[in-house]
Amino acid sequence: MKTTAFLTDSTLCIGCKACEVACKEWNDVPADGYGWSGHSYDNTMALGHATWRHVKFVESPCSGQTSNQQPTTSNPDWQFSSDVCKHCAHAGCLEGCPTGAIVRTEFGGVFVQEDVCNGCGYCVVTCPFGVIDRRPGDGRAFKCTFCYDRQKAGLKPACATACPTESILFGTLDEMQAKAAARVDTLHARGVSDAVLYDAANSSVGGIHALFVLRGDPEDFNLPANPVVPTVHLRAGWTSAAVASAGMIGGVIAALRYFGG
Amino acid sequence: MPGLGTTFGRGGATTAQQDLVNADAILIVGSSMAEAHPVGFRWVVRAREQGATVIHVDPRFTRTSAMADVWVPLRAGSDIVFLGGLINYVLSNGLEFREFVEAYTNASVLIDERYQGPEDLGGMFSGWDAASQSYDPATWAYEGQDARMSEAGHIRGAHAREQGDAKATPGPEGPGHPHRDPTLMHPRCVFQHLKRHFARYTPQMVERACGIPAGDFVDVATRYVSASGPDRTGTICYAVGLTQHSTGVQIVRAAAILQLLLGNIGRPGGGILALRGHASIQGSTDIPTLYDILPGYLPMPVLSEASGSSNRESPGDDSLASYVARYRTQCGWWAYVDRYLVSLLKAFYGDSATAANDFGFGWIPRLTGNHSYMGYWLEMADGGLEGLFVMGQNPAVGGPNAALERKAMGTLTWMVVRDLVLTETAAFWEEQPESDTEVFFFPAAGHAEKGGCFTNTQRLLQWHEKAVDPPGDARSEAWFVHALAKRLKARAAADVSAANAALNALDWQYPEDAHGEPVIEEVLAEINGTTLDGSHLTGFAELAADGSTRCGCWIYSGVFPSRDRNRARERTATGTYGHGWGWAWPADRRILYNRASARPDGRPWSDRKALVWWDAAAREWTGADTPDFNRTKPPDYVAPRDAEGDAGLGGAHPFVMHDDGLGWLWVPSGLKDGPLPAHYEPLESPVGNVVYAQETNPAARMHERPDNAYARPHDSNYPHVLTTYRLTEHHTAGGMSRTLSHLAELQPELFCEISPELAGANGIANGDHVRVITPRSGIRARALVTSRMRPLVIDGRVVHQVGLPYHWGTHGLVTGDIVNDLIPMSEEPNVRIMESKALVCRIEPA
Repeated sequence: MKTTAFLTDSTLCIGCKACEVACKEWNDVPADGYGWSGHSYDNTMALGHATWRHVKFVESPCSGQTSNQQPTTSNPDWQFSSDVCKHCAHAGCLEGCPTGAIVRTEFGGVFVQEDVCNGCGYCVVTCPFGVIDRRPGDGRAFKCTFCYDRQKAGLKPACATACPTESILFGTLDEMQAKAAARVDTLHARGVSDAVLYDAANSSVGGIHALFVLRGDPEDFNLPANPVVPTVHLRAGWTSAAVASAGMIGGVIAALRYFGG
Repeated sequence: MPGLGTTFGRGGATTAQQDLVNADAILIVGSSMAEAHPVGFRWVVRAREQGATVIHVDPRFTRTSAMADVWVPLRAGSDIVFLGGLINYVLSNGLEFREFVEAYTNASVLIDERYQGPEDLGGMFSGWDAASQSYDPATWAYEGQDARMSEAGHIRGAHAREQGDAKATPGPEGPGHPHRDPTLMHPRCVFQHLKRHFARYTPQMVERACGIPAGDFVDVATRYVSASGPDRTGTICYAVGLTQHSTGVQIVRAAAILQLLLGNIGRPGGGILALRGHASIQGSTDIPTLYDILPGYLPMPVLSEASGSSNRESPGDDSLASYVARYRTQCGWWAYVDRYLVSLLKAFYGDSATAANDFGFGWIPRLTGNHSYMGYWLEMADGGLEGLFVMGQNPAVGGPNAALERKAMGTLTWMVVRDLVLTETAAFWEEQPESDTEVFFFPAAGHAEKGGCFTNTQRLLQWHEKAVDPPGDARSEAWFVHALAKRLKARAAADVSAANAALNALDWQYPEDAHGEPVIEEVLAEINGTTLDGSHLTGFAELAADGSTRCGCWIYSGVFPSRDRNRARERTATGTYGHGWGWAWPADRRILYNRASARPDGRPWSDRKALVWWDAAAREWTGADTPDFNRTKPPDYVAPRDAEGDAGLGGAHPFVMHDDGLGWLWVPSGLKDGPLPAHYEPLESPVGNVVYAQETNPAARMHERPDNAYARPHDSNYPHVLTTYRLTEHHTAGGMSRTLSHLAELQPELFCEISPELAGANGIANGDHVRVITPRSGIRARALVTSRMRPLVIDGRVVHQVGLPYHWGTHGLVTGDIVNDLIPMSEEPNVRIMESKALVCRIEPA
């Protein structure tokens, strides 16, 4: 099976939230509250147990900012970007899961087996993007399945299918990487000099299967500059443990020799 | 859509959404297309990706503005000044597409020397009658046109003009032969009238009235107007942001005039895309739910004075002959109005319709007055109606002055509501326990629970199959109407009095499926038209006036050309325009008036903008679209002087519904508020009219009464402009979105959008509860303080605008105050639409 990927191009996103709705419809994800945020048009606010696609509204200057009576003339900046699980090459959630509930699929996606998850929550703290989340009242952890069932049937994920402006593309990882690079080049050539590709390739997650093309600083879109898989700390831990063990073994041997001498 | 109908001949979008990719510039005005038409907006995004300039003109910076190259904030209600400014920019700089204008418009026609316009009369047109508060358009007529034609042209039946069927403008080959000046220099020719009329719409005037700095305006004008000429085109997209005004039709007219001047009609990437409000709104005017037209835009007959009518506007329609004499044109496709009507009557009354009884023309109900939306709700409020059917609508939330409408429902004896959910309309009595109205609620089938046809924004008929049976007792509209008709007919059969003659004559025979649903293909077959032996017609050219054909809607004829071919169901799209996917009326033409995509001699204007052209070898019109023209009529065809119908139109006259075959820059008759657009302030405005002395549209109706009160002109109690709109996340009055968790959670609460400046001045912080107050009502909302709302300087004064989406009500998963309680019931003179896009309000912390 080819490894597949999303390419979410925020320069084509119109903020319609069709991806959010299609995701919930297909995957039967419940509603998670009717609170109004007051933060632009974003009442979803973050990915979570009941939000596997989230359209972020980046408004500048932000809502609520007050100024003097003088009318302004520069245009507001309002960007939309649909966030989703990154399906990391080195997935913190998968590596942190003690029960084997989280597995890598034949498409390269990271999948939570609902019937195996015991709700320990280790994955929640080991995800460097804050994606996976436990559902209150249920306890188990939920996140984007990469529409594993649809992919098995040869279909595109629901979000990419519903997107009206081709802001969410889906295909093989190679193809998406090539398209993303070409898209950034195109935008630069067109004078959109702040267009960037976010692929977390040079971080400890070792690359992601949900690429993003955005304008400006990825951190404005909840995408950390340097996502860290907690398990990278294990290497140092194992090393020092090995050094300590070697020292102890050496000590024991020395002691045996001394006393046995 | 008489703005389009009178200008071009048909009241539908002239283009298709897919064609936007061919545009060099797209001007979106009066629409947040990305939000209300997100799927169609893909074509705008593609066009932008290909290098087209996208301009969004809107009081608010919306999701559409975010995707545009240029956002032009303007004051709600100042659209004619903006569009008039563009027209003036074109005319005063000689930027019109001269060859197109000379060949394909009425620019050269001379106007009656008695005509006086806003330049002469302080903003009014000649012909005003103060007693009836209406215009007599006699002086707007062409010079050389006879008086009888002039009178006949002033037909009534507002929506009939959606098709621009106002006749009376004899063309170059038509009767009367108006005087012309092909050089366009005569001071009374349309072109010079246009120049003089729009001369005051300068960039400085745009700045004063719209709040767009003159320099910004010129920049935008330059960018849009450059999309013109043999090698370039531009499209204008609009929605209800242009139409829901007291000058709505004339705003659309201004857009239409601009497009004609730029040669942007009938050409790839050119045109006007009228974005309809939701599924099959186009269909519901084609086969109307309107009171004053019959299917296919045939005017509803009027009760004559002889029959007791006191209607001074019309002599009435006593007989088929008098009706046809009134509405038939000599040339163009309205010459065949008798074929359309007789075929419709045969569809209605079957064998009972014979030549001897005028094919049952007398059984058609007659118009007796204003029974438009506002008309009947006001009558109901005064206790004048007994019962009401509400199907697929939620007026308790969605109607203007919704509080008045809810009060009116309480005067009814009975009300039937069919809907998917218990809407606020069905539950209106909860807030009126004293009401005696008996409400019958019928559960309705959703669109996936019934088969049938949608007609979308671009006149495209698309069939949809039933996916599942509706739950429980839920039934389709077709089932309901079918069952009702059968019961009414059974009652009438038992009482053959004169009052029941029409019901007894009604030919109502539809086969039923296992659920008692009428077989919906049979309805489409009837709409398409058949001969008396049941063979399907292949198009409206086959219709006859002798009773040998029946056809439920002549413009749809051809959608079901044979028993085994329902073209609305076809799903094999080919080419740019998707021929083979669904079927567009008329005759599967995707771009209307596409004869204009070729030069008068039949060659394309340019290779880049080729669409339909004359193939001299094959002696026929050909190209990427179905020609909207007689396929074999050569470009050099000259109509004989007395020729009729299509033969009366020359080979270089693309606007085939008009009896002169031309696009009308000037509309000599058919509109109630002038032959040209003039800016008037909204009925409620915080500022005076800086363009003319006349403040508001004199022909508009305010229906001012205690329960429909208005602010006084420039009332300091209501200093801000209020505009209403929709959000992507919800559907109109909310019945189909507030009840669904996946949608309701996305926009759970009513909010109003205000600028940081307005918030600061009123001590309001983001997220605060506020009250928005108009003379009708006050509602509570949360404040969304955003720099996407911008104060504008209007005539030297800062004016704030308040934006309110209107989706909330008392029922559903999320609830909120009803925004339409704030809106007055007013009537634009031509289509009687309310002004909900520009009024006044004040805002205070709650």
